[in-house]
Amino acid sequence: MAEEHYLELSENPVQFEHASSVNNVFFDEANKQVFAVRSGGATGVVVKGPDDKSSVAFRMDDKGEVKCIKFSIGNKILAVQRTSKSVVFPDKRSLKLLKSQSINVNWYQYCPETAVILLSTTVQGNILQPFAFRNGTMSKMSKFEIELPVVPKPAKLSLSERDIAMATIYGQLYVMYLKHHSRTANSPSAEVVLYHLSREGSCKKSHVLKLNTTGKFALNIVDNLVVVHHQTRLCPEHPPAPVLLLHRPLVFPAGPAAVPSQPPVPCQLYSSSWSVFQPDIIISASEGYLWYLQVKLPPTVNLLQDKGKLMDFLLRRRECKMVILSVCSQSAYLTAGSLPVVATVFDKLNQVYKDYLEAEQSYTQAMESGPSRGSAAQKRPVRTQAVIDQSDMYTHVLSSFTERKGVSHKFIIAVLMEYIRSLNQFQITVQHYLYELVIKTLVQHNLFYMLHQFLQYHVLSDSKPLACLLLSLESTYPPAHQLSLDMLKVPNNRPETRCCSTRCLGRSSRETSDSGEAPPSTQVSTARSTWLTSSSCLGSRR
Amino acid sequence: MLMISPKMASGMQEKQYTPSLLSFFIYNPTFGPREGEEEKKILFYHPSDVEKNEKIRNVGLCEAIVQFTRTFCPTKPAKSLHTQKNRQFFFEPEENFWMVMVVRNPMIEKPNKDGKPPTVEYQEEEMLDTVYGAVVRQCYSMYKLFNGTFSRAMQAGGVELLMQKLEKFFYRYLQTLHLQSCDLLDVFGGISFFPLDKMTYLKIQSFVNRVEESLSLIKYTAFLYNDQLIWSGLEQDDMRILYKYLTTSLFPRHSEPELAGRDSPMRPEVAGNLLHYGRFLTGPTNLKDPEAKFRFPKIFVSAEDGYEELHLIVYKAMSAAACFMISASVELTREFCEQLDSLVGPQLTLLASDICEQFTINRRISGPEKEPQFKFIYFNHMNLAEKSTIHMRKTASVCLTSVHPDLMKILGDINCDFARVDEDEEIIVKAMTDYWVVGKKSDQRELYVILNQKNANLIEVNEEVKRLCATQFNNIFFLD
Repeated sequence: MAEEHYLELSENPVQFEHASSVNNVFFDEANKQVFAVRSGGATGVVVKGPDDKSSVAFRMDDKGEVKCIKFSIGNKILAVQRTSKSVVFPDKRSLKLLKSQSINVNWYQYCPETAVILLSTTVQGNILQPFAFRNGTMSKMSKFEIELPVVPKPAKLSLSERDIAMATIYGQLYVMYLKHHSRTANSPSAEVVLYHLSREGSCKKSHVLKLNTTGKFALNIVDNLVVVHHQTRLCPEHPPAPVLLLHRPLVFPAGPAAVPSQPPVPCQLYSSSWSVFQPDIIISASEGYLWYLQVKLPPTVNLLQDKGKLMDFLLRRRECKMVILSVCSQSAYLTAGSLPVVATVFDKLNQVYKDYLEAEQSYTQAMESGPSRGSAAQKRPVRTQAVIDQSDMYTHVLSSFTERKGVSHKFIIAVLMEYIRSLNQFQITVQHYLYELVIKTLVQHNLFYMLHQFLQYHVLSDSKPLACLLLSLESTYPPAHQLSLDMLKVPNNRPETRCCSTRCLGRSSRETSDSGEAPPSTQVSTARSTWLTSSSCLGSRR
Repeated sequence: MLMISPKMASGMQEKQYTPSLLSFFIYNPTFGPREGEEEKKILFYHPSDVEKNEKIRNVGLCEAIVQFTRTFCPTKPAKSLHTQKNRQFFFEPEENFWMVMVVRNPMIEKPNKDGKPPTVEYQEEEMLDTVYGAVVRQCYSMYKLFNGTFSRAMQAGGVELLMQKLEKFFYRYLQTLHLQSCDLLDVFGGISFFPLDKMTYLKIQSFVNRVEESLSLIKYTAFLYNDQLIWSGLEQDDMRILYKYLTTSLFPRHSEPELAGRDSPMRPEVAGNLLHYGRFLTGPTNLKDPEAKFRFPKIFVSAEDGYEELHLIVYKAMSAAACFMISASVELTREFCEQLDSLVGPQLTLLASDICEQFTINRRISGPEKEPQFKFIYFNHMNLAEKSTIHMRKTASVCLTSVHPDLMKILGDINCDFARVDEDEEIIVKAMTDYWVVGKKSDQRELYVILNQKNANLIEVNEEVKRLCATQFNNIFFLD
């Protein structure tokens, strides 16, 4: 029985020569490059990056053990560190000191995506000083304190580099702290505390993710999800499992699922040589693999019973569209007994849809009103997969739903009307094919009295295609004739096509001698003149 | 009924009598075909204190007339019998069952001088067959709503049961007939729909669907606001008669206590529920009392194979009323009522205030221009929608019209004309004094307008009516 896993390692890992007595492996987090240095570089350095194209191989003189080796962006400049105090650049270049800062630092971490460096200061190490690098300058941000669970006396280094990770979540920079023991006496469990570092520089504690367990942890960020890998101390043979946590602090661990390895690469999950790098990289140096951690959305669907929360979760993920649509049409979901849930889901989806439509509209307006006058140029809003529009819903969910057997027709209509209600609530214009679907379903089940009431109250908005559809129903349902004439009366629904006008003039042409190709207004005025003549013959009645 | 209209300057007054019910009876000739058995034919007779032989004579007369006229037209027997003093209306709702209503013609009693007895002048032509014919039909429909058909009663308990049911029902119902105020609207038997914007309508749909889903026992739902219909889950003919019952009997009975003062003993027992304003109009009046017995009225509506019997639950919150119909074979317990109360009460209260808010907003927007300055009656045969700016308060006891009955009679005449032909028509009538009456029939719609324009001519009147159509009925296609 294969369990459905919601996390997986990438299918094609970057392969490199594994670490051995002659081969040292280094990883550069900024460019995500792996350096395999053989014999100090004498027999070769192979550099592999995220894609094979950037694989570089070269040789360098063995001038001693390499402690660290990196490339600049675009592999233009190589830097090698062999001693603890000097860095060598094999190519001769000139170097200029831009800025210096004097601080007692225990350790540091650097986040390449945001170009922020975090320094651990003070004896305890829990006062963190960030610096931001922007436009060639280094600016000091306000320092902040990490709350330690236990204050050691006498003071000693209590915060290690392993407990801190920096990450970008939903476009914001966070410092994540793995707190192993909570301060509250009753729960010995670990927590992940998130500190939000805003652009203006202020930092404050923003979220606490309770892990409800203890042990060894590692953190990754995938698709804006905080993934906590957990290795239990107590039973090392037990396959350790990552605990998937959602970003909102309201949430809870969603139950462990093992991460499978991808065939044909057999390797041990969470072996001791595994290293975790931000944001979503796992490297096994002893085997020579670099994987990207990925989220598989379809299995996550079963993790949350509350469909509203599930939607909130899915709407924030990158590749969410088809999963969302499949949730919508799952039999378990769209069966009787779930109208309020259906309504909630539709509302959540349409909120996102509406936001996108509004952004599009304001962009179009800004473009039309000419080039910007001093304000920053607006970017065209990106349509993420989370925008589920009416055509998506119609194609993937609603049209097959209306054909489903074994569902009561009242429920089918109720679901369609909920969707239309939700669209109306968000003031989104309903497409006519949705109305057509409603009409066809009503007619199919002989629910004419419902159709009539919907049309009477203009719930199914007037439109030309709808009027023509109603005319075609006349033989099954005679009142459709009257309803379609009403609809055609609305000025922008006047028919231009020949077939429409001949049929709708079927009745009025009796009174006149014309055969109908003219639009109703002409016919009508001809009829009028006939009647004025006839009514003037009436005398007065008692 | 007597109306005094002082006309003579000398102080002696003319008395005007409006039409009134003389008698009402139901018979089946096949029950007593032989001589000496005539009494068996009579299933119901009002007034009951009439002597037996006179009843037999009256029934016999009707039977004879119907038989006689059948020879001339077998498919369409006589509908009414006009005599100087009264008019009789015949209606055969089910095979061989006949309902007859005898109405005394309106008359004027003119006092005579010198102590002579006053002269009575009968105004036979003032009565319209269509109007009172419709009243008889409605009597049957109302009976059928609460009791099912005559044949059903016959099957269940023979003639005795049928007679019991007829007696029980018509004894009360005939007292509610006010023949003096019957008019064109009775011919239509229409339903007044409440105007609503799309969003609120969709919210109501959503509410109805959810309640029907949560309480799966509910088969049909109807939603009304302010005595006007918004949504009906029933077929038209059933809704039509149910609507009449609700608006002329049930709602008025319950609205008067609501209007009573705080300390009045008539004020309904508010079950101390502060969460919502919902309460049952039929069924349990006080949910908190576990001993109190309650029952719901049973109604009969048409189904694929005849009729189905349903409990009628009418639940009201402020001005919104929801009717839930559940199969009569189910026993409705107190728990169910409590469940319904807790589910529907809060939602219906919220909806009622939403609707009220929307309605106020709409009125403010449309402003005084939309105030009807025209006196008109509109009816659509397709959906039974009716609208009248002529009729004001309509309760069980009173139906006020703001126009002279003579004008209503003209409307009725025009309606008769319309009914004779299939084609679309327009009829313009210059009535007495300053009034013009215009009747328009287009497709299945009828519109009657009364204009008070003394010196207008035909063309001006025509223009006025066209203007009315364009403003009041701008989304309805009327052939000009």
